[in-house]
Amino acid sequence: MEKSPIKKFQPLFFSFFSGFDRHLGLILLGLAAVGFFTFLSASQNTPVQIADELRNLALSFAVMWLVSRIPPKWLEISAVWIYGLGVALLVAVAAFGLIKKGARRWLNIGIVIQPSEIMKIAMPLMLAWYFQKREGIQKAWDYAVAGIILAIPVFLIARQPDLGTALLVFAAGLYVIILAGLPWRWILPFVGVGMIGILLIIIFGSTICAHDVAWPFVHNYQKHRICTLLDPSSDPLGKGFHTIQSMIAIGSGGFFGKGWFQGTQAHLEFIPEKHTDFVFAVFSEEFGLLGNLILIGLFFALIKRGLTISASAPNLFTRLLGAAVTLIFFTYAFVNIGMVSGLLPVVGVPLPFISYGGTALVTLGFGAGILMSIHRHRRLVQS
Amino acid sequence: MVSFKKPNLDSFQERIHIATLFVTFCFLLLVTRLVWLQLISHSKYALLAESNRIALVPAPANRGLIIDRNGIVIGRNYSALTLDVNAEEVKGNVDQLINELSEIIDISPRDRRNFKRSLEDSRNMGTIPLRSMLNEAETARFMANRYRFPGVEIRARNFREYPYNELASHLVGYIGRVSQRDKERMQAEIENSKTDDPDALQASFLPGIQYVGKIGLEQSYETVLRGVPGYDQVEITAGGKPIRTLSSSPSVPGKNIVLSVDVKLQYLVEQLYGNFRGAFVAIEPETGDVLAFVSKPNFNPNDFVEGIDSVTWKELNDSPQKPLYNRPLKGIYPPGSTYKPFMALAALENKKRTPSQTISDPGYFDFGNHTFRDDKKGGHGIVDMQKSIVESCDTYYYMLARDMGVNMMHDFMKPFGFGQITGIDLEGEARGVLPSTDWKKNTFKKPEQQKWYEGETISLGIGQGYNSFTILQLAHAMANLANNGVVMKPHLVKAIEDPFTRNRVLTTPKESYRIDLSSENIDVIKKAMVEVNISGTSAAAFRGAGYVAGGKTGTAQVFSLNSKDYKHGATAEFLRDHALYIAFAPADKPTIVIAMVVENAGFGAQYAAPIARKALDYYIEGKWPREVPEWKRAP
Repeated sequence: MEKSPIKKFQPLFFSFFSGFDRHLGLILLGLAAVGFFTFLSASQNTPVQIADELRNLALSFAVMWLVSRIPPKWLEISAVWIYGLGVALLVAVAAFGLIKKGARRWLNIGIVIQPSEIMKIAMPLMLAWYFQKREGIQKAWDYAVAGIILAIPVFLIARQPDLGTALLVFAAGLYVIILAGLPWRWILPFVGVGMIGILLIIIFGSTICAHDVAWPFVHNYQKHRICTLLDPSSDPLGKGFHTIQSMIAIGSGGFFGKGWFQGTQAHLEFIPEKHTDFVFAVFSEEFGLLGNLILIGLFFALIKRGLTISASAPNLFTRLLGAAVTLIFFTYAFVNIGMVSGLLPVVGVPLPFISYGGTALVTLGFGAGILMSIHRHRRLVQS
Repeated sequence: MVSFKKPNLDSFQERIHIATLFVTFCFLLLVTRLVWLQLISHSKYALLAESNRIALVPAPANRGLIIDRNGIVIGRNYSALTLDVNAEEVKGNVDQLINELSEIIDISPRDRRNFKRSLEDSRNMGTIPLRSMLNEAETARFMANRYRFPGVEIRARNFREYPYNELASHLVGYIGRVSQRDKERMQAEIENSKTDDPDALQASFLPGIQYVGKIGLEQSYETVLRGVPGYDQVEITAGGKPIRTLSSSPSVPGKNIVLSVDVKLQYLVEQLYGNFRGAFVAIEPETGDVLAFVSKPNFNPNDFVEGIDSVTWKELNDSPQKPLYNRPLKGIYPPGSTYKPFMALAALENKKRTPSQTISDPGYFDFGNHTFRDDKKGGHGIVDMQKSIVESCDTYYYMLARDMGVNMMHDFMKPFGFGQITGIDLEGEARGVLPSTDWKKNTFKKPEQQKWYEGETISLGIGQGYNSFTILQLAHAMANLANNGVVMKPHLVKAIEDPFTRNRVLTTPKESYRIDLSSENIDVIKKAMVEVNISGTSAAAFRGAGYVAGGKTGTAQVFSLNSKDYKHGATAEFLRDHALYIAFAPADKPTIVIAMVVENAGFGAQYAAPIARKALDYYIEGKWPREVPEWKRAP
């Protein structure tokens, strides 16, 4: 019997997708589907944007595919260069970046780019590379060096000012450092201090948020954001408006939601940034708690899979990189949902694979590609 | 490839586990939060979302008509074109928008001010009128330029109109835009109606009301006239832009009020007063229906509806003629000799005099160190009760007052309504003064002022001294006398009419109380008053009347009404006496009583009685005086 054409192309087809981790691929496809359907409702059918979103999704998966085929070794080799380039661009931004809305974050190199975005991947790459280099001979001194590697770009980004991105980059680096073996006796005091700090803010919120109280190291608008989080009703028509309205959207969704395209909060324009940072409010209003459990389940599966891949990765570099990338996904999802549901201050963080926006999707695709690459090359390296 | 150390991998695995735990904890936190929002607080947020998306747009109710007793409409509504601006479209550049609009449509500074005030109040909701009563040319110019002004539109709105302008302005009153004070009053209304009375529904709509009665019947019958505004439930965006109407609650038009006033009589009297100032009240004694309620000079209530312009306002407010002053309701005057019939009746009822008992009048009356003079030099000679009324003999009443004392007079006059609130259906009624020893004690501060001096009693007998009453009270008292002591509360509105079914519900044709009087005594007084019009002071005015009318003239010295103001501009005219007159007719079964004052006119017989005669001729016989222009129904 002659082979059918499909059978004939099957090996080729499989080899084409051989880099894809099937679990990860399915989870991401699920997230992308949720994102796309929510986007359709949130965007209110502007054809141009729909085409845009489809293109972005395709681009994201294409980048994912491409990166999944890149051996982790290559990433290891280029880590320093990418990091160096990122820092150089950040310095360039500080020197002659574009100013929009009072912040110097962008660089015009023919197209306008935001170098801090690069840092989100460059930071874990660089630190993973560094700890790989120092594997087995780690000393206290190494953590100090790692701290400096971390501090330089974070400082530059925070100065722009872009506290949200700075915190995310800092978190990405911190994950690597902690996973690399930062002794618990150094970590726990910080965790303790942080917890006490949060408690103090919750207890004394109204006092320190008084109008004439200035906070050290923090811009006034940042103080305002945190204070608004503590009590959104303190500024119902200003900064608090967004939080209150997105909470109303989520709360009014109930268990089953109002149904696709039926969200009044979203469709009557009460939700700000409803197809980007606040897209979760739209989803939540229309698909309810049931939808949210599924969505959070998908994210949890994504992270679990990422951590599993990292745990079985062949060397320290890939292990650290994989886990850090996974935890970045987690951080995005947690911070975004936390902020939209009024649990965390409002910082500009997209919901991975759900929020509209090309840059974020490509970055995320890159990250997912890294995970796939690590998984794919696990035996190749070991053997 | 360096083989990795075992402990290192273990430590990494351990940290991955901790990370997994951390992630799980964080996600559980999120789930808890979402359960809190979407299950536990769901109803609260569902309600918030609902109130978010729905706005209530008030649809004003048609205001009830004001109709006279013969069906003539004196307060009505008409539809006119208004330039409306959608509040959402003008954020920030209000002035620029108005400037551009004023190139094609005349917009006064007052329009501009009103609009800005409304815009601030509206919280960017709904449409706000910028200019009302556009004429055809303006409408056309705007339509041609419409494309330049998104969010600006022309709409038909209802306006209040008083078709006879000045006619009966003090009793009709006017409506105006709701002021801060009105709002506070409405707020109190809302709070008072928390019980389950039928007005509670109406109270809940109060915030949507834009116009409210300011004075007159428009004010006192506000709740009847205004109806219940309807509301459209409109789905709106966060910016306040209406998307679609979800439901409508239709407005309930206000009820019509049917006046007891005969507007033609009112018109006639207003014309007869000419340039004289004064007050005139006619009452149907049997019912308490007020037939005419004149305050001269008057004003045009139409000027007030959309806010009065400052020039007209200044003119009205600063005029020494006080056109805004409701004289029959608030002006207090000494009744002068019109008080004498009541004094005579008091004497009979208290057995201080008999009709035939006489006095000898030398033309004056000495009391203590003071001489009280009679109008007639040399006196009226021998005077009995009828003569005392017909010729208006002062001495007779000086003596009578002395014999009765202030408190007996007070106690007799009080049930007639002198110095009392009559309870007419208008706000702001003046009480006046019916003196008594108690009154003086309670009114003055210093002990020597609180004491009643006998000498003060004497001039009370001729309606002077502390006596000061409104013309409404005088008319009311006359009605009570004409009605043989049956007291009917005077009222301007006799029925409330349903605008659809035209069913009328009578308001207050109820007897208040009855003064215990002997009919013989009443007849003595009435007979004497009839004689006044036959051979007495007003005989000239009533010569040839086709009916029998009783009356009494009075002349009061100027002292009460705005006496302070008058001192400044002390012209001779303002110092002249007020002419008063009271009447009832037909004498055997009175259908109308009159009390009136013509300010600073001089003698009552000369200036007041002739007006009363013509009013009675018209009311009883339908005769229209030649000098007064025909009544014309408004278009």
